[in-house]
Amino acid sequence: MLITPAAPAPVLRLWRLWAAFFIDSLMTQTVARPEMRPAPPPPGDFAAPLRLQVSGLCVMRGGRRVLENVDFHLASGAALVVTGRNGVGKSTLLRALAGLLPPEEGTITLEGGPPDVDLPRQAHYLAHADGMKAALSVSENLDFWASYLGGGQDPRSWPTAEALAAVGLSHALHAPFGALSAGQKRRAALARLLVAYRPLWLLDEPLTALDRASREKIAGVMQAHCAQGGLIVAATHEPLGLDGVIELALGVRS
Amino acid sequence: MTSPLFALFLREWRIARRIGGSGAMGVVFFLTLVVIVPFAVGPDPNLLARIGPAVLWIAALLASLLAFDRLFQADAEDGSLDLLHLGDTPLELAVLIKCAAHWMATGLPLIVAAPFLGLMLQQERMALLGVVATLLVGTPALTLIGAIGAAATVTVRRGGLLMALLVLPLTIPVLIFGVSAAEAAAGGTVPFFSPFAILCAITLVAVALCPFAAAAALRHLGE
Repeated sequence: MLITPAAPAPVLRLWRLWAAFFIDSLMTQTVARPEMRPAPPPPGDFAAPLRLQVSGLCVMRGGRRVLENVDFHLASGAALVVTGRNGVGKSTLLRALAGLLPPEEGTITLEGGPPDVDLPRQAHYLAHADGMKAALSVSENLDFWASYLGGGQDPRSWPTAEALAAVGLSHALHAPFGALSAGQKRRAALARLLVAYRPLWLLDEPLTALDRASREKIAGVMQAHCAQGGLIVAATHEPLGLDGVIELALGVRS
Repeated sequence: MTSPLFALFLREWRIARRIGGSGAMGVVFFLTLVVIVPFAVGPDPNLLARIGPAVLWIAALLASLLAFDRLFQADAEDGSLDLLHLGDTPLELAVLIKCAAHWMATGLPLIVAAPFLGLMLQQERMALLGVVATLLVGTPALTLIGAIGAAATVTVRRGGLLMALLVLPLTIPVLIFGVSAAEAAAGGTVPFFSPFAILCAITLVAVALCPFAAAAALRHLGE
């Protein structure tokens, strides 16, 4: 006979070890997390300044070289607006910065951050899709992203209710996400950037479907993020309403 | 503040409960498959008793296939799949947690329903226990193997059929040892424990390998 009753014993032991390790790591993670501070800290209270350096970036997409030799650098507190006609590679650039597309050539580095955390883990990426589940309420969606994206680890993360108030959605805390209008969904998605603090914001058309009042609110939020030492890279056709933005025009032959 | 993995599990579980359908639909499909078998093979109790474990296993396999295509596709459509890449948690672990929640929502109802459907197929008490035990051990492997297919077809519109074609051949070992253990429980020349141990081993190997394969497919297709 091939298998005796004693045969699975080592496997069972391994399973028990693994389960113990898994539960243990869950427990320590939960305990070791610092408590969330109720209010965001005043501007200026931030760690070492960061510097995003992109040099000679080339990205292939669908067998075509979409981005060629993109060079720019961005220091803490600055916002960069990527402009250019449709299809020029604005979204591709943001996806490459978020680490979702591997660069063909060139480098993307974020200097000054914690050494053991790579760039995608220090970045927020807001794409055309909002990344929220229609079946869950707005607060459930935001609480999930706050936990998953490591919001509890940084005291600069905002509590969910305050983040929603900052984008003018405090009345929709318990509404199902699917019941919101297009502009409200966009604002809820922007609130995600606040509930888990990450220094680099990569925003793809962040102001789609927003009315004038909401645009001003979002501009205020972005201004505060920059003042805190954050960096913003936004691809947009419309003015963001921020002071002192740097512009990167793609697809312009020099 | 909860841990990222627990938060992900809770989210998947809530979505499965709220949208509903996938678990209940699987059970109804399971019931339908089991009910049509006597119409096809005839109402001979001895024959049904003999092929019962195999019928239950095939029906459970097909019923669990039903729900796989939305495993990652829903996340890809609303953009959360990109954001799962950006978390502090490795994507492999996130895949494993998603599979666990998916199994709780769709696999567990099938296991609960199996003994009742087994009664309709003239199964003895020991055979029912055997089927439940093998499904309990084997369906996680089905979910994990299905996750590879779901990840590989995440960008394909209406990829359900393609996914079934990819996944079904890979599930053959699970089916073979699941059915032989379930039949051995009812009596026979093979002791129950031999195929059951191999089934356990297949599930453990699936736990160890499938999240890596599925995460690799998701990473590659995200490009």
